Amino acid sequence: MRLAHHLAAASDLIRGDAIEATEFPELARRYAVMAVPKVVINETVSFEGALPEPAFVAEVLRAADGGGVLA
Amino acid sequence: MAILTDRDRGLVEQELAKLAGPVKLIVFTQELGTEAAVATEHLMKELASLSDKVTVETWNAILDRDKAEAYGVDKIPAVVVEGARDYGIRFFGLPGGYEFANLIDAMLLAASGQPQLSARTLEQLGGLTRPVHIQVFTTPT
Repeated sequence: MRLAHHLAAASDLIRGDAIEATEFPELARRYAVMAVPKVVINETVSFEGALPEPAFVAEVLRAADGGGVLA
Repeated sequence: MAILTDRDRGLVEQELAKLAGPVKLIVFTQELGTEAAVATEHLMKELASLSDKVTVETWNAILDRDKAEAYGVDKIPAVVVEGARDYGIRFFGLPGGYEFANLIDAMLLAASGQPQLSARTLEQLGGLTRPVHIQVFTTPT
């Protein structure tokens, strides 16, 4: 989560939400959250687990380009 | 109803002493809020009691819908961690357990406005032209 907030602080175009999955079960179901952390970017890109900064940023850029299809 | 233990309070106070500037914790809840919403508001007030740089503002997401929409808050409890401006830092649900450390980190970040990221990352983010919404699902344990 920490990384998402630092990315948000670095760009006016980025917003970072930390969501407590058990308190929002419908949302967790909608995004098929089976393990945490699960990251969903722009409804199109998602991954489970913590990624190092360069890989996380690559996913952000992929989502920003409209890439990825959320399963 | 104290959420933080005396030991926690001491540790948190030490961390908040590092705040580089003012931080506002903007809490969205609702009347007859859930247990998590009540606890979230209480926890934010406890944090504010530990540093004169921290203030808490509480809004009712239903009655103050304009404010909630302005901050993009569509579920409660929500906490916006705001520094000199809104950096897009949000917590939905009680930031307890592991998320509590992230909340403290987010407060230090908002206070300084200085993200800890590599030069390469900052350069890449500079090329963004479209909004990016990152949602990170976590659990307290």
